[in-house]
Amino acid sequence: MAELLGTHPLEAWSTALERLPDTVGITVEPFVAMAVVRLGAVGAAASEALGADLPTMPNTWAQHGTGRAVWLGPDEWLLSSTTETPEELEGRIRAAVLPLGGSATDVSAQRIGLRLTGARLRDVLAKGCSIDLHPRVFGRGSSAQTLLGQAGVVLLALSGAGDDFVVLVRSSFAGYLADWLLDAALEFTPTHDS
Amino acid sequence: MQLIECPWCGPREEVEFHYGGQAHVPYPDAPAEVSDEEWAHYVFFRDNTKGRFAERWCHSAGCRRWFNAVRDTTTYRFERVQRLDDPEPHATEPARARRSTAS
Ligand SMILES: [Zn+2]
Repeated sequence: MAELLGTHPLEAWSTALERLPDTVGITVEPFVAMAVVRLGAVGAAASEALGADLPTMPNTWAQHGTGRAVWLGPDEWLLSSTTETPEELEGRIRAAVLPLGGSATDVSAQRIGLRLTGARLRDVLAKGCSIDLHPRVFGRGSSAQTLLGQAGVVLLALSGAGDDFVVLVRSSFAGYLADWLLDAALEFTPTHDS
Repeated sequence: MQLIECPWCGPREEVEFHYGGQAHVPYPDAPAEVSDEEWAHYVFFRDNTKGRFAERWCHSAGCRRWFNAVRDTTTYRFERVQRLDDPEPHATEPARARRSTAS
């Protein structure tokens, strides 16, 4: 059997990302466990079983234990955990929602996270995303499943100032998105010493 | 680029959506009894309306939900969008029932 390589999909981009100025900072988020939850009936029973409310407002996310619960659809959420293994997260969520007719699927390997910070980050994102990311509209707790460039992403707003985002992208699109972001950030990146 | 309003996510770029054809095409009441020709009409034949047209769309790059919309095929303007679980009556009359070539 082929040997598994323990490398991050964006390993080859680390030097280019490190060179970016603070106004358009891009860092690779640590690996976290993620699970997709499908559940038709959200309510007190679901909140009690999961230990937290699932966000029912479209385009929002909420803190969920050590991780996040992201609204993906009227009966679909993306849950993450920074302390559990993928198996533990999937097992715990499945045990909680199965009696309510729901399901949980481990999707930890599906997406990786990029943390985007800085004052010019919204200008970078605006080049490939028509959603209004001004904090007045897209404040802390907002989320969106959308296209960034040509890649499908989940975008999360972490700050009420519009300068702190997480973008979740499928691993096979990560290289494309990193290239796209570096290109979009070029005008905010000093290219030579002056 | 035109923005299409997803009933769940709000206005998004049209490339995030997939077109699903005419809405409200009725499934045959007695599918075991319809002729091949009537099946062909159910499966393949659709109205080709100039003007307001009830359609199905899917927000495939977003929430991946299907919804109904009324769009003007001459102006491409969306008049309204509607969730599938919307209790309101459908925006337009259902498509004409199975057309019979006998008439
Ligand atoms: Zn949507």
